[in-house]
Amino acid sequence: MFEICLPVILGGKCIPSTALFGQLLIGLINGSFYALLSLGLAVIFGMLNIINFSHGAQYMMGAFAAYLLLQFSGMNYWVALIVAPILVGVTGVLIERLLLQWLYKLDHLYGLLLTFGLALIIEGVARHYFGSAGLPYTVPESLQGGRNLGFMFLPNYRAWVIVASATVCFATWFVIERTRLGAYLRAATENPALVRAFGINVPRMITLTYGFGVALAAFAGVMAAPIYNVSPQMGSELIIVVFAVVVIGGMGSILGAILTGFGLGVVEGLTKVFFPEASNTVIFVIMAIVLLVRPAGLFGRRA
Amino acid sequence: MKKVLGMAALAAVLGCGVANAQQIDVKIGVLSDMSSLYADIGGPGSVAAAKLAIADFAKTNPNVKVELISGDHQNKPDVGSQIANQWFDVDKVDMIIDTPNSGVALAVSQIASQKNKLFIVSGAAASTLTGEKCNANTIHWTYDTWMLANGTGKAMVKTGGDTWFFLTADYAFGHALETDTIAVVEKNGGKVLGKVRHPLNTNDFSSFLLQAQSSKAKVIGLANAGGDTINSIKQAAEFGIVKGGQSLAGLLVFASDVNALGLATAQGLALTETWYWDQNDANRAWTKRWQAERNAPGKFPTMIHAGVYSGILHYLKARAAMGGSPDGKAVTAKMKEMPTDDPLFGKGSIRADGRKIHPAYLYEVKKPADSKYPGDFYNVRATIPANEAFRPLSEGKCPLVSG
Repeated sequence: MFEICLPVILGGKCIPSTALFGQLLIGLINGSFYALLSLGLAVIFGMLNIINFSHGAQYMMGAFAAYLLLQFSGMNYWVALIVAPILVGVTGVLIERLLLQWLYKLDHLYGLLLTFGLALIIEGVARHYFGSAGLPYTVPESLQGGRNLGFMFLPNYRAWVIVASATVCFATWFVIERTRLGAYLRAATENPALVRAFGINVPRMITLTYGFGVALAAFAGVMAAPIYNVSPQMGSELIIVVFAVVVIGGMGSILGAILTGFGLGVVEGLTKVFFPEASNTVIFVIMAIVLLVRPAGLFGRRA
Repeated sequence: MKKVLGMAALAAVLGCGVANAQQIDVKIGVLSDMSSLYADIGGPGSVAAAKLAIADFAKTNPNVKVELISGDHQNKPDVGSQIANQWFDVDKVDMIIDTPNSGVALAVSQIASQKNKLFIVSGAAASTLTGEKCNANTIHWTYDTWMLANGTGKAMVKTGGDTWFFLTADYAFGHALETDTIAVVEKNGGKVLGKVRHPLNTNDFSSFLLQAQSSKAKVIGLANAGGDTINSIKQAAEFGIVKGGQSLAGLLVFASDVNALGLATAQGLALTETWYWDQNDANRAWTKRWQAERNAPGKFPTMIHAGVYSGILHYLKARAAMGGSPDGKAVTAKMKEMPTDDPLFGKGSIRADGRKIHPAYLYEVKKPADSKYPGDFYNVRATIPANEAFRPLSEGKCPLVSG
């Protein structure tokens, strides 16, 4: 066993290499939440050109839906994992049909303001009915406990989080980048009129895409419910970081959002070991540097 | 002629009587976090508690007319200061109460002192409010960081938890709580093995918990509050911290936090509070009234709400006793001179440094099987008598005391 140290100029703190493996793994797990959320944002921005500021609120809705399903209809975690994203996704479809569709021709700012306003309303309503302290939600029985990996204790639930989110991320990437449906989607953002001329219902496709992006946020919310506090402000605390992740990855880049999400989780995890006070700021420092060096983001194409 | 004189005399006597019971106008402002993190431990619940206090006082003192207003400081000291200035200068508020968030409370305390008004703190925790930053216009009512550290910290060390690792929220409150707890731990023969300062509103504590786990400390002290405490405890359960033999010390845990965690996760947690809704009949009766006033049958009042009620009652008693003068320093002095007595905190007193004195209680969160009805959260493990619950007057470095 050897020790790994920071340069003296950064504090010179040392930790055993085994502990570092643990921290890297933890970082990767937290990164999977960033990846899931930034993926949804990237899909929505890429296809609709809407900066979806209500994404955090929709993540919160996912967690609340899981709680309510359990309380009032006895649906367990596994059912909620399917049902909650569908329910929240349907609200997304309604939002797109009733509100967002009128904004595509206008400046980005209008979509941003509308979704930001929606986020405030959703949060306020949740706070009014459920209070700000939070709601209880426990880890499903089949995933309780954990295993000792030698260098760390890995809770089973965290192992599940990383597997599930990596699978969902990969599937989404695959559908959009490698299938015919994805090709239609990408074509529709490039030139909607032409795609429509081929007999494809572009507005419906756009609506479903928004619904899907929102469902992804809700899925992340259900995943978060057993380990994070389920409270109305849970989304707004996370969403700013996720926006930074999307900006670093490159707005609208699917692969960029996924890789940056996982990568920044690791960076943040390491900061928590060596300089915990800065762990909330480190992502924004990286964002500032990336914007200076590559304004379109790490994986983004120049518009 | 005699008859007329008699009538005049009678009128004079009656007039005199009316003059004695002259109307006293009081204006109170509840300054709290109405819409965020602390809205459940203070917020609208504090307004409901204030209304109950005013209604109860009016039963025996119909000549005191109280107007109540409330405001949202959004946990920002600048917003809180602006509201306090406006209330004192423009709206002629005599007294501000509650104010969770130590940063905001310290700012408002200075303003109350400059403008010679009165500030009763129920929601904020920093013990500096009656220590180095004390003044003659501030009373700290319900609890403080020293009392929390002394209650939970001492109990943990005494029962064998003599090595500690701290997870501390990186701002004024967290630092104060950490400092106060370290002092208690070391004084009782314990040792601090390490600490991590985490930013306020951290979502994931697993990295910090791994560090705490590898420190092999017997106790992990949580010098944080609200969502941070909930996330730490929830994730500590997930990482098998308690099963692995380490214990958690929640240094500031409210009933609403226990509710958010669920008893399955929170069971066995030791915590210190000065008031618990289910402790006796008086508290339970008051809780019913509070729930009706708040229009929230499923919610339970916290010690902060109880403190708002008790503080306003005592304040109004002092105002009535003084015949209505709103002078901040004079009323504060009168409040310190009069013994306190109310249905929720019983008999107590206010010290020269502005510290309200009453007993504190060490609670333990019940097992889910032992909890018989909603809100049945705690067993009482120990009572800390009033004279031991708070920092001794001589140790606070309050300028009002030394000079």
